Amino acid sequence: MVTKLIILLVIVLGVVAIAQMMRVYELSSKITKKNEHEISNRDNRLNAKLMLTFMIVFFVSVVYLILHYGWVGRGTAASVHGRDIDWLMNLNLIIIFAVFFLTNALLYIFAFKYVKKPGVPALYYPHNNKLEMLWTVVPAMVLAVIIILGLKTWNEATDEASAESIRIELFSKQFDWTARYAGKDNVLGKFDYKLTLDNNELALKTTATIDSAIRMMEEGPMGIKTLEAKLNDRNIILVPEERAKMEADLSRKERLIRLLYQMKQKHDTKDDASAWDDFIQKDTLYLCKGKEVEFNFRSKDVIHSAFFPHFRAQMNTVPGLTTRFKFTPDVSTAEMREIKGDDKFNYVLLCNKICGGAHYKMKMMVVVLEEDDYNNWVKGKMTKTFRDTYFPVMEEVATPEAPAEEVAEGGEEQENV
Amino acid sequence: MAAVAHEAHGHHDDHGHHEEHFVSKYIFSQDHKMIGKQFLMTAVFMGLIAMLLSILFRIQLAWPGESSDFLSFFLGETWAPGGVLKEDMYLGLVTIHGTIMVFFLLTGGLSGTFSNLLIPLQLGARDMASGFLNMLSYWFFFLSSVLMVVSLFVESGPAMAGWTVYPPLSALPQAVSGSGMGMTLWLFSMAIFIASSLIGSLNYITTVLNLRTKGMSMTRMPLTIWAFFITAIIGVLSFPVLLSAALLLIMDRMAGTSFYLSDIIVGGEMLTQHGGSPILFQHLFWFLGHPEVYIVLLPSLGITSEIIATNSRKPIFGYRAMIGSILAIAFLSFIVWAHHMFVTGMNPFLGSVFVFTTLLIAIPSAVKVFNYLTTLWKGSIVYTPAMMFSIGLVSTFITGGVTGIILADAALDISVHDTYFVVAHFHVVMGLSAVFGMMAGVYHWFPKMYGRMMNVRLGYVHFWITLVGAYGVFFPMHFVGIAGAPRRYYDYSVYNDFDVESFNVMMDLNVIITVFAIIAALGQLIFLFNFFYSIYRGPKAVQNPWRSTTLEWTTPVEHFHGNWPGELPTVHRWPYDLSKPGSEEDFIPQTVPLMEGEEEH
Repeated sequence: MVTKLIILLVIVLGVVAIAQMMRVYELSSKITKKNEHEISNRDNRLNAKLMLTFMIVFFVSVVYLILHYGWVGRGTAASVHGRDIDWLMNLNLIIIFAVFFLTNALLYIFAFKYVKKPGVPALYYPHNNKLEMLWTVVPAMVLAVIIILGLKTWNEATDEASAESIRIELFSKQFDWTARYAGKDNVLGKFDYKLTLDNNELALKTTATIDSAIRMMEEGPMGIKTLEAKLNDRNIILVPEERAKMEADLSRKERLIRLLYQMKQKHDTKDDASAWDDFIQKDTLYLCKGKEVEFNFRSKDVIHSAFFPHFRAQMNTVPGLTTRFKFTPDVSTAEMREIKGDDKFNYVLLCNKICGGAHYKMKMMVVVLEEDDYNNWVKGKMTKTFRDTYFPVMEEVATPEAPAEEVAEGGEEQENV
Repeated sequence: MAAVAHEAHGHHDDHGHHEEHFVSKYIFSQDHKMIGKQFLMTAVFMGLIAMLLSILFRIQLAWPGESSDFLSFFLGETWAPGGVLKEDMYLGLVTIHGTIMVFFLLTGGLSGTFSNLLIPLQLGARDMASGFLNMLSYWFFFLSSVLMVVSLFVESGPAMAGWTVYPPLSALPQAVSGSGMGMTLWLFSMAIFIASSLIGSLNYITTVLNLRTKGMSMTRMPLTIWAFFITAIIGVLSFPVLLSAALLLIMDRMAGTSFYLSDIIVGGEMLTQHGGSPILFQHLFWFLGHPEVYIVLLPSLGITSEIIATNSRKPIFGYRAMIGSILAIAFLSFIVWAHHMFVTGMNPFLGSVFVFTTLLIAIPSAVKVFNYLTTLWKGSIVYTPAMMFSIGLVSTFITGGVTGIILADAALDISVHDTYFVVAHFHVVMGLSAVFGMMAGVYHWFPKMYGRMMNVRLGYVHFWITLVGAYGVFFPMHFVGIAGAPRRYYDYSVYNDFDVESFNVMMDLNVIITVFAIIAALGQLIFLFNFFYSIYRGPKAVQNPWRSTTLEWTTPVEHFHGNWPGELPTVHRWPYDLSKPGSEEDFIPQTVPLMEGEEEH
């Protein structure tokens, strides 16, 4: 409290001090009969010199920043197209720094040199078509080069992935990432957000998951039957708001269940296999050095953005839409640690689209393995496919009832809105 | 009706010394000069709030997690428990800072102030085409400003989805607390703001087309008027699109429609909305959003053209090329919007088209810069504070403009999209340039607005602190971005977990940036003091303090509704006859007839 008072006091006294200085200044200008709109030669020259000084200080600091921080932060690119982007970036930086230094220098030097000198009139020089043509055509030509090179790199970076590239889905939600690898067949199984349950977080679409979603929606703890029973039970007295909320919930679920039944009818059981062999990976994303990888991006709630700063890769994840990006990592984590001289370094996947309070913490570590290590890791994961985790006790109890119970338990949290 | 009555009343009085009522003179005024001043005052107040918000979040960025008395003083226990900023409020501060700066300071404040003040005065009109609509435009602006400020105080916090308010984040209160009441207020405030802007723009366009005085052909208009005119046209064409985007968002939030929502599970609730697209909002938003950049920038460029010519004592170089480049920029601004969306999942081919159109804008921009430079060349520069800010504008326009080339290049955008590089770029090219232009305008036309002079020495101090502070904040920011720092992060210490080198760069630079930000903010207090002190106590102004050629300086210093006491002035020449050979004075006002044998420009 005392500090706040002192701060206030200092501010007030500061304002009073400036006001007094102004008065003194005004009185002195009255004595010298100086008017505020007549800028003295002394002031003009002072500011002209300051313009030049500022330019020098500014340029020196810019050069210092370039040398000290320029290319340090992100290091060399760790992907094939990333190096093309870096090359193009450097070329562009050279061009724009040349323009920056040249035009700013002209500006501040003119500002210094052509300050008013008593008796020297300004030159009446309203236009010159040749000059104007010159600075229309030259920038246009430089831009043509920039555009052509830029589009070439852009087209390569956004081209279709090759058939043998590794397929991975990155699933985003507030505030973490989940990866799904395409498994043995290298085909990602289909999904539908309405199938989301605790034991099927990525909402993969198979005959069994559709059935259990329907069962949950109808008979789960907050399912349609329970809601109807509660709403129709005369022994339960509900607060009007509570009732309205439950009715809204019920009508929402009735709409969803119709869609689920439609899905069940249209579902092709042949699609099941491509989903069952997928495997899901959290916390760390493993990639294979030298192998192209194609990411499919999904979002559960709001827009996120998958940003791999070290691979120069970025793509938004949009709810209701699958987006894609492909790249080939070609520097393994171990190699990059050596290059950086930092044995704790890791590649990372960050969220780069504002997505809520903990946006800044939404990340996933990325590890690039040598091909053999990667294959070994995949082999290990093949024993924990989606089918294995979905039917954990399949070997012993081969009844379709097993997953249903599992769902009923887990579903409680899910549906407790 | 009121307007008609007022007109009749005015004519009846026939320029007599009629005392206007306090309310009709200062509050519900229909005089364009008073409305301009009302816009300026409101914008200064809003700008001050937005600047304070930026200091609050800069403190968190430089010293993450450290307790600060300053934060707890302004935000209290709710939003800064123990003096540490809350994550949600950080996003709220960022969002409202951006919204106020872009719309309320640099759109409402800049166009509202200077279009209102200068269009009638520089064209030789007694007032705007419709004084009543003009008044309405201000009061809508005022109402929307109040709503926006109020949204800072609601319990669930202000809007928190960034100033671009992308749905679904902005549509779902379950996703972030600010998307509740705060977002509702944001949307209503913006809807009213757009109405204000549209009414104002239509009025500006009508006035420029119809109320030019005798002899004031389009090619004799000062570049300020050209800039305001084109700005108004851009506004009329693009703001309605933002209004529709906002209305659809309001419906998604309140009526259960699914324009922007599809297949969403949030807070454990499975939404039934299906088939909408969040990308649609981005297209609609940036269809305004990019022209908006030029709505902000063109008035400043116009103001600067005028001030640089006057204070170099030289005609603006390439008057017609300057008009041409304004027109070219305005046209191109409508076909570049999707360069904000290269990595949203939009078709890459579409991206290529936008790369091409966007980079074309560099050509008219380059023409403008070189024309400014040539205007300075062999001039006789007088350093009024307005002139210094204009030179500052040319510098920031260059510095910020060149980095745009990188962002417009889709391939390079992949690696710097949504990083601090973007933040640095648009703050320099749009924020600083527009603010410098606005400051230049205030210093230059202060004598016209208030009949008094601002203190020149304080003006110098203000300029140098602002220029050094501004570059000190935004130049290092490019390097934070190149190091890969995503924008809108609450705390960059997360980098410490995986990349110590990047972390060090970011933390070093963030401290430098915050220190400069605080210095620059304190510098603005000097301006505020000078501004308010001079309104009441500044020395009396003479009629034409800067020895300028344009019509506003032929009106008497004392204001009255109608501008010129007698007949309206007649215009005989273009506005840039400065240091013309054969003339005794180094300026020839537009009202002076051509001498015998003199050729018009």
